[in-house]
Amino acid sequence: MEAIILQILNGLDKGSAYALIALGLTLIFGTLGVVNFAHGALFMIGAFCAVTLSRILSLSHTVIDETRTDFLGNPAKVEVPYIYDFFGPEFGATLIDWAVPLSILFAIPIMIAVGVIMERGLIRHFYKRPHADQILVTFGLAIVLQEVIKAFYGANPIPTPAPDAFTGSFDFGALIGMDPYTVIYPYWRLLYFVFAMIIIGAVFAFLQFTTFGMVVRAGMADRETVGLLGINIDKRFTIMFGIAAAVAGLAGVMYTPINSPNYHMGMDFLVLSFVVVVVGGMGSLPGAVLAGLLLGILQSFASMSAIIELIPGINQVIIYLVAIVILLTRPRGLMGRKGVMED
Amino acid sequence: MLGLTGKDFTLFLIVVVMVVFAPIILNPFPVDSAMAQFNAGYPDLMQRFLIFGIFAVGFNILFGLTGYLSFGHAAFLGAGSYAGVWMFKLLSMNVLPAILVAMVVAGLFSVVIGYVSLRRSGIYFSILTLAFAQMSYALAYSVLTPITNGETGLQLSLNDPRVLDGAASADGSLPVPTFFGLEMRDSWDVTLGGWAFTFNAGYYLCAIFMLVAFYVAIRIFRSPFGMMLRAIKSNQQRMNYTGLNTRPYTLAAFVISGMFAGLAGGLMVSMDPLAGAERMQWTRSGEVVLMTILGGAGTLIGPVLGAGFIKYFENIFSKINDNVLHGWFAFLPDGLENAIVWILHPFVGKGWHLTLGLLFMLVVIFLPGGLVEAGQRIGRLFSRKKKPADAAQKSTQSTPAE
Repeated sequence: MEAIILQILNGLDKGSAYALIALGLTLIFGTLGVVNFAHGALFMIGAFCAVTLSRILSLSHTVIDETRTDFLGNPAKVEVPYIYDFFGPEFGATLIDWAVPLSILFAIPIMIAVGVIMERGLIRHFYKRPHADQILVTFGLAIVLQEVIKAFYGANPIPTPAPDAFTGSFDFGALIGMDPYTVIYPYWRLLYFVFAMIIIGAVFAFLQFTTFGMVVRAGMADRETVGLLGINIDKRFTIMFGIAAAVAGLAGVMYTPINSPNYHMGMDFLVLSFVVVVVGGMGSLPGAVLAGLLLGILQSFASMSAIIELIPGINQVIIYLVAIVILLTRPRGLMGRKGVMED
Repeated sequence: MLGLTGKDFTLFLIVVVMVVFAPIILNPFPVDSAMAQFNAGYPDLMQRFLIFGIFAVGFNILFGLTGYLSFGHAAFLGAGSYAGVWMFKLLSMNVLPAILVAMVVAGLFSVVIGYVSLRRSGIYFSILTLAFAQMSYALAYSVLTPITNGETGLQLSLNDPRVLDGAASADGSLPVPTFFGLEMRDSWDVTLGGWAFTFNAGYYLCAIFMLVAFYVAIRIFRSPFGMMLRAIKSNQQRMNYTGLNTRPYTLAAFVISGMFAGLAGGLMVSMDPLAGAERMQWTRSGEVVLMTILGGAGTLIGPVLGAGFIKYFENIFSKINDNVLHGWFAFLPDGLENAIVWILHPFVGKGWHLTLGLLFMLVVIFLPGGLVEAGQRIGRLFSRKKKPADAAQKSTQSTPAE
């Protein structure tokens, strides 16, 4: 029992990352009909937004501290972040500590801007071209974005810790009345899951309960008719692309404490997110979320030692295996709509 | 001649001449000159030109003719490599069995993957092949370690049985791949004035296989089978409606291109008997897609050009560092020189992939026909007389039998 709960919890954080990326991919595919291979790069850019903000916050200058001396007897030089000067040392230290959550605010405008520029500058020219061309040009874009990040930040992973308040773990087992110290779970991972659920809920609410969202849904169903009604659907779709980019970016921002960002993290997640989208059903938003969580949990179950002993290597291939079986038996995926990308 | 039309025969002849004289053609600069770093005529790089040329030509038979975009072809290259090294370990250091077995293994592997993947088309096919390739990669790294030797990579050792010709060579060192006694690393150096040329045995073995592969590709392109594949690309549904089962044709194309990849893998280990799992990673599959598109998908010579282009610039660009750049722009005033070097710095050396990515995007956006189309456009600029003929050809191409 404990083991099962622990594996479900372990799968949730990775699963929510898959779900967020797959949600963005599906939004783009459902609105614009574009297969975006650069979506993993957006996830990565989001993660590097967090890195950038924490670097900006800890920009510092050297001050000579008269009260301390180094080993030669000279006054010691101390690095003092500028932010201490502006806000005082205590609040400044708190700001640096909270760099990752603060990056959410920092990343949203950047990611929307990146998404809109991408759509206006490049992808709109590919609507009428075959899917293969779309895959190829976004694949090229992914390489370029990844190399640009590599040029600026180097090839090594950059550790970006969570705020001190969230670094510990808590006893989940005791909370639901089991023996203490059986199910221990880090705070940050739980927070990631909650955050992902909030984002997903916000996206669904936005599409379901606002006029803008209604128009977008109408456009997904029948773009031409909506256009004929005098609505500028292209503009709304561009904004949706920005939102999809922001969703991927936020997934990346919050993922940095779990996994130190490096330049190829986007590619690593991209392949799996595509698999998630296909399993969930191309063009189905709930399908993407459901499949993301399911596959995350499945993967964590497959990495249990008892199961690996039974079927060696299963943890490496389980997601692909599931994808292959689903694609061959249920071509539309778990919740795919009729008539979307069927051939 | 050779069953080819005049035009194809000329193309084939040009390729033969280029390949045979490549050690000379690719070394146009004297050894001591400043430009010597642009010489590509050393065996290791020339072998890679040919091997990746074979790989891309094979990929083009699938993608260029049928339009099925596979993102998992590196798996066949990897399978071929492993099979080749195992032949070296178990049977003999002769490259012939290694290459043949590599082709057969890759072919069988592609039958399995192709049979499953080809049940879907379009993006689903891409994702299925991607999933299979990633699966093989993950397995090669983990569970299949007894066969693949995991992270270390599969290599020769002195304990190998090597039934036919013993474990070690006479002096107790590791044996090297041979072709009936001719060692693959044997080279003849010819110095002519300031120039030095290297003629390498391994290179010419690759050359023979590459020319055969290229010839086979031409024959496939011009055969009724090739026509059928093109028809599948232009409208598969209509083919099905006319009562024709297209799957055997696509599967055949898939297996052929898988065997080409296996041949490339076998040659790769014949030149350097070492196989690692990273050869199967999906970014490697992406590389062959880049080569084919960059050169021109669906054309005969395009993939070869693309492979040569990418491998050349990968080697040469990544060698250019800041010092070299400073050397080039030394004639400029210091400030300007530093500015230019600073601008170019991210694009050369380790940043070569950035240049490649940009180039690839530009090609996909502006030149869907790749380098071959670029050549044709330039050619058309200079020969205005041909224009009506071209236009006529174009109009027949753009209206397929509807």
